[in-house]
Amino acid sequence: MLLERFVFLTLDGLARGTAYAAFALALVLIWRAARVVNFAQGAMAVACVYVAHSVTAATGSYWAGFGAAVASGLVLGAAVDFCVMRLAAGTASHLNSVIIALGLVLIIQAVLGIAYGNEYLPTPAPFDRTAITVGEFVLLSPFDLFVIGTVAAAVAALAWLFGRTPVGLRMRAGAFAPEVSRLLGVNVGGMLTLGWALAAGLGAIAGMLVVPTELALHPHAMDLVFVASFTAAVIGGLDSPPGVVVGGLAVGLTLSYVSGYLGGDLSPLATLLLLLAVLLVRPEGLITRAKVRRV
Amino acid sequence: MNMLLRTSPLRRVLLTALAALLVLIASQVLDPFRNFQFATIAAYLCATAGLTVLTGLNGQLSLGHGALMASGAYSVALIQDAFGGRRLAAGWILVVTLLGALAVGVAAGAVIGLAAARLQGPHLAGLTLGVAVIVPSLATTFDALFGGEQGLPVQAAQPPLALGATFPYERWQVWLAWTITLPTILLLTNLVHSRLGRDMRAVRDHEVAASLSGIDVARTRVVTFTVSAGCAALGGALLAVLTQVASPGSYPLTLSVFLLMAVVIGGLDSLTGAIWGALLLVALPDLAQSVTGLFSFPPGEAQRWEGNLPTAAFGLMLITVMAVAPTGVSGLQRRVVRAAADRWRARRPNPGAETP
Amino acid sequence: MSAAPLLTVRDLVAGYGNAAPVLRSVSFDVEPGSITAVVGANGAGKTTLMRALSGLIRPAAGELRFDDVDLREVPVERRVRHGLAHVPQGHGVVAELTVDENLRLGGLWRRDRADARRAVAEVYEMFEPLALRRRHAGHQLSGGERQMLALGRALVGRPRLLLLDEPSLGLAPKAVAQTMALLRRLRDESAVAVLLAEQSLRGALSVADRGIVMSQGQLVFTAPAKDLRDNPHLRQLYLGF
Repeated sequence: MLLERFVFLTLDGLARGTAYAAFALALVLIWRAARVVNFAQGAMAVACVYVAHSVTAATGSYWAGFGAAVASGLVLGAAVDFCVMRLAAGTASHLNSVIIALGLVLIIQAVLGIAYGNEYLPTPAPFDRTAITVGEFVLLSPFDLFVIGTVAAAVAALAWLFGRTPVGLRMRAGAFAPEVSRLLGVNVGGMLTLGWALAAGLGAIAGMLVVPTELALHPHAMDLVFVASFTAAVIGGLDSPPGVVVGGLAVGLTLSYVSGYLGGDLSPLATLLLLLAVLLVRPEGLITRAKVRRV
Repeated sequence: MNMLLRTSPLRRVLLTALAALLVLIASQVLDPFRNFQFATIAAYLCATAGLTVLTGLNGQLSLGHGALMASGAYSVALIQDAFGGRRLAAGWILVVTLLGALAVGVAAGAVIGLAAARLQGPHLAGLTLGVAVIVPSLATTFDALFGGEQGLPVQAAQPPLALGATFPYERWQVWLAWTITLPTILLLTNLVHSRLGRDMRAVRDHEVAASLSGIDVARTRVVTFTVSAGCAALGGALLAVLTQVASPGSYPLTLSVFLLMAVVIGGLDSLTGAIWGALLLVALPDLAQSVTGLFSFPPGEAQRWEGNLPTAAFGLMLITVMAVAPTGVSGLQRRVVRAAADRWRARRPNPGAETP
Repeated sequence: MSAAPLLTVRDLVAGYGNAAPVLRSVSFDVEPGSITAVVGANGAGKTTLMRALSGLIRPAAGELRFDDVDLREVPVERRVRHGLAHVPQGHGVVAELTVDENLRLGGLWRRDRADARRAVAEVYEMFEPLALRRRHAGHQLSGGERQMLALGRALVGRPRLLLLDEPSLGLAPKAVAQTMALLRRLRDESAVAVLLAEQSLRGALSVADRGIVMSQGQLVFTAPAKDLRDNPHLRQLYLGF
């Protein structure tokens, strides 16, 4: 019995963790490209899930809604960079970009509240959420498998894009050495906008995967997820995509064990304590590459 | 006003006395509802002033001051409960509860501040955001202690009988709130102009330079966070006494963000900004209500607009302020005052022994 | 050298922010397929000149023509398409990218993908140490290798004018001599024009066709490099050696 419970909690934690990892990876993408932690990412993802909600309601197809969420994520990300974040670009102050992101949070949540109301909307999952059992063991649900598969596909696609394509090379170069990249013909501003679009698209995917497992759709649905994912990103040092995946899984496991063994009510508090612990032990991240010398 | 505040301690005391006089007059003139709002401005002012010191003067960003206000509010409720619900009219109980709330805020601030002293901008913002998101949820996690979503009742502070049996309750609330807030602000202004205040600004402007010139950077940051958190808790305690309840719904993440917005829009670099910010916090929802009142929405929709319009307005103002006037309202006001002063000085042949 | 100049600079004024301009009315030409050395003490404005030419700073006044194109109308990112390559001070190797990625980055803007690949292969032939370290990250390279990489990366774009800002900074004398020989070869074989900012005068003047002497943001003297080299009086007067 003990073992069965442990296996279930572990698998459940890994499934949750993959979604956190995807969301945290979106944070890291923007951090690497712009040295900004996008505090508006939770609100942006929720907005995309609302778009999916409307599209699914209108068409009756979950997948049309999913596509609409990703598309709106891409557009929203590009728009946020182009219209708002450029305001902070000149000042080079962390404070300013954080404050602007918070302004965005307020606007997005208020617009969602006006358009959809502050009630909790049900969000159906595309697959069954009851776990498959093998013998004594309760394993993952079809929806969990969908979550893991989607995140794996998204991460693989991003890895291919950044590692193997000319656009990816431009984006990396533009982030690491903007001035040199411009001299070599790279449209650095355009690459930054593209980075925001991709990150917000990934954030939208993560939102689609997380919201059905949380309470329901609400303008604040991602607040807590943001804190958990931020913790995951900090574990990865904000800078390392593999580290962030490990961080996401670690956070997912921790929360799963805490809510499984100590009570579900405690998982928010556990998130905060975990974040505090990580920041106190190693604010520069538990898993980071050696600092690269800048030329 | 700010220019006057920059001068001697005596001027600051006189200015506080003047402000007290204005409060006294206002409390006579305003109607009961406005008086209540005026009292809540005082409560918010404690929090925004603390946040201005932290963010504006020391460069530490806190998204968690709403949660710190909540800690003050719950402290009041719990301490009152410990006194067995004796009437707050016994003045000393009120003082003890407020001091208790202050102590809790100071302790919480010291803990977060110790962590914060080691953290850079985005990490600190993330940590305090976590505090703001999660602390309100503790009310339901430990609902036996904190009363869940309902929160805990707080007993009203009754006006002393010496003021007469018919003394308007809201006027008493104004007196009470500002009696706490004005000395707090006076203390903060003195602090800002003290050596510690100079250290705070030095740490904000250049950490390395500050530590080279012998300032204990970590200590300065922890002390600042502690002072700031104490102010926030005191504000929260006042708000609980005014509204007679301590509930998680009054201190959501949005409040934390609102507080930061308020000081940014008010102006980060001076305590005058905190006054503007507190005013805005109370006035904007009111204003939004009158704006939505102009349109004829169906009842359900009207409620949505009323609830969310202030939030949207805050967000828009914030981004606009960051774009066009990063110094906020007080910066604009100072620029106008300075321009006027320059013109006035230019007319006089001898500007006197003014030092910049 | 009677052909139309490749680069024409007239009354160029440039600087940073609201401070007094660093460059105060600079005028000169660069002929196609020639090497021009810009020499002068630290702070004379050489780097500022280079940055103004490649567009990293916006000139306050003056004319910039590159082969009949008004450069002021061309954004930084597009100048490379006109055949203008700038190797900034400290080489500008992207430390986080591999040698191969750095080189490919130099040709990403080109439509002719096949020739871009060919150009990368040529760079590997030209600089053998780089060919051995294709998969190494930029930060793992030695100073000399970095310089090869930066130069090679610029050549992948098949430029007509190379702006080199202190390429010999921090290099051993032998490496400097090799670099100068390479520049000479580029000029002779591929008709690449070079504008070479240097503090190391002997190296620069040994390879240059013309010398431009800068001091305090102004061009104080311009002459065939041979004259500057051989005339002790001029050398003493303007260069102090």
